[in-house]
Amino acid sequence: MADMKKRDILFQPIFDNNPIALQILGICSALAVTTQLSTTIVMCLAVIFVLTFSNFFVSTIRTIIPSNIRIIVQMTIIASLVIVVDQFLRAFAYDISRQLSVFVGLIITNCIIMGRAEAFAMQYSPVPSAIDGLGNALGYSIVLIFVGVMRELFGSGSLFGFEIMPLVTEGGWYYSNGLMLLPPSAFILIGLFIWLIRAWKPEQVEDPGFEIVPNSRPNEAF
Amino acid sequence: MAENKESIGNTLFVAFMVCLVCAVVVSSAAVILRPIQQANELRDRQINILRAADLYEPGMDVERAFEDIDMRFVDLDTGEYVENGFGRDYEHRRAAREPEKSRRLQEDPAGIRRQANIAEVYLAWDDDDNLTRIILPVHGYGLWSTMYGFLALEPNAHTVSGIGFYEHGETPGLGGEIDNPRWQANWEGKELFDEGGDVAIQVIKGNVDSGTPNREHKVDGLSGATLTANGVNNLVRFWVGEQGFGPYLSRMQQEYAEGAVN
Repeated sequence: MADMKKRDILFQPIFDNNPIALQILGICSALAVTTQLSTTIVMCLAVIFVLTFSNFFVSTIRTIIPSNIRIIVQMTIIASLVIVVDQFLRAFAYDISRQLSVFVGLIITNCIIMGRAEAFAMQYSPVPSAIDGLGNALGYSIVLIFVGVMRELFGSGSLFGFEIMPLVTEGGWYYSNGLMLLPPSAFILIGLFIWLIRAWKPEQVEDPGFEIVPNSRPNEAF
Repeated sequence: MAENKESIGNTLFVAFMVCLVCAVVVSSAAVILRPIQQANELRDRQINILRAADLYEPGMDVERAFEDIDMRFVDLDTGEYVENGFGRDYEHRRAAREPEKSRRLQEDPAGIRRQANIAEVYLAWDDDDNLTRIILPVHGYGLWSTMYGFLALEPNAHTVSGIGFYEHGETPGLGGEIDNPRWQANWEGKELFDEGGDVAIQVIKGNVDSGTPNREHKVDGLSGATLTANGVNNLVRFWVGEQGFGPYLSRMQQEYAEGAVN
């Protein structure tokens, strides 16, 4: 691990060790903010900023953080970064920040960020930590953008608000898929994404935890 | 370093320094960005007012359009205008929280508990200085949340020209349909009062068709969202009634009849 190349730190989390697809972390926000591509992209940028800098700052002071208050110190740094991002969005992207509402604040509780601070930044120096944060945020973003494109395209027939497939209700030909506008569709799409990745990289498929035995007949059971 | 890292002194020091640095960063971001955020909030509110009055087009210059809109303050008891230095950011929904500027409601059909004594209204004028719209800020409780919006009236203070909500937490797809322009279009041209001057506007269950009696006062309900529709019904009836803008509206009707609106 110590001689890990920067390139690997950056690109591994994107497909080989994706935080959402392999570690199944941080999917809460993937359900909530992906009905439109524009909110999805802003959410991704916010997470990229917070995760890169939280890893950097945690790593910078890692040698002096007492281990019994380390989680609180990490949380304080993450929460401050998130508040700063939220304030900036309210000032410069007011409409989108209203649509994202509480979900910007909820980046604080995104498991990926705490997870990377604790697992990586506490052990490595600032620059690799920042790269690791960036890589993981990009891995998160790829999944979110995939879900966002699918949901907006098939749910509203548009991308970034531009009409791609005219809806029947607006006089076009496309019957919108209402499921795509509801949170459960993100579960289905993330499931499909995981399937695609594992079909491409079969080494990610976990060993089954148990074998399913053949059905037993009632006379064998009693 | 590794030995005294776990000491109580170092723990307190690290905790203090982290808090200090983070507090400075967070508070300076909040203070520096506050004016821009307030401008955004004001602009958002103005867009909502223009939308309710059906004067909004995407990409328009909101500030220019708002030059033709006056903000006035109405004493809800007398219906007269008052001038006592309220700012452009006065909102009666916020004043309702301050005991000295508001009162507790005995009868409270809209579910708002407290009501401000003074409320703002917006008057839109055309290029020849004729009144074109009276826009009233209204709010009331639906199924899950208080719904905040604007009710726009024709200059006769009797005919509805539009309604719109800018903040609510009703169920998306059901109660959330109060945001649907097609439903809002139902309100256009409806009349608030009957011949005796009593509040007659009503959101009914089901749709208004040609056989509905008094259909000039009736608005379609929302299927699957009866409680939200009832909430809208109650809040509109409350705010145009005696306890709300009633006295102001009857004064405006009189002035309109005399042809002396200003």
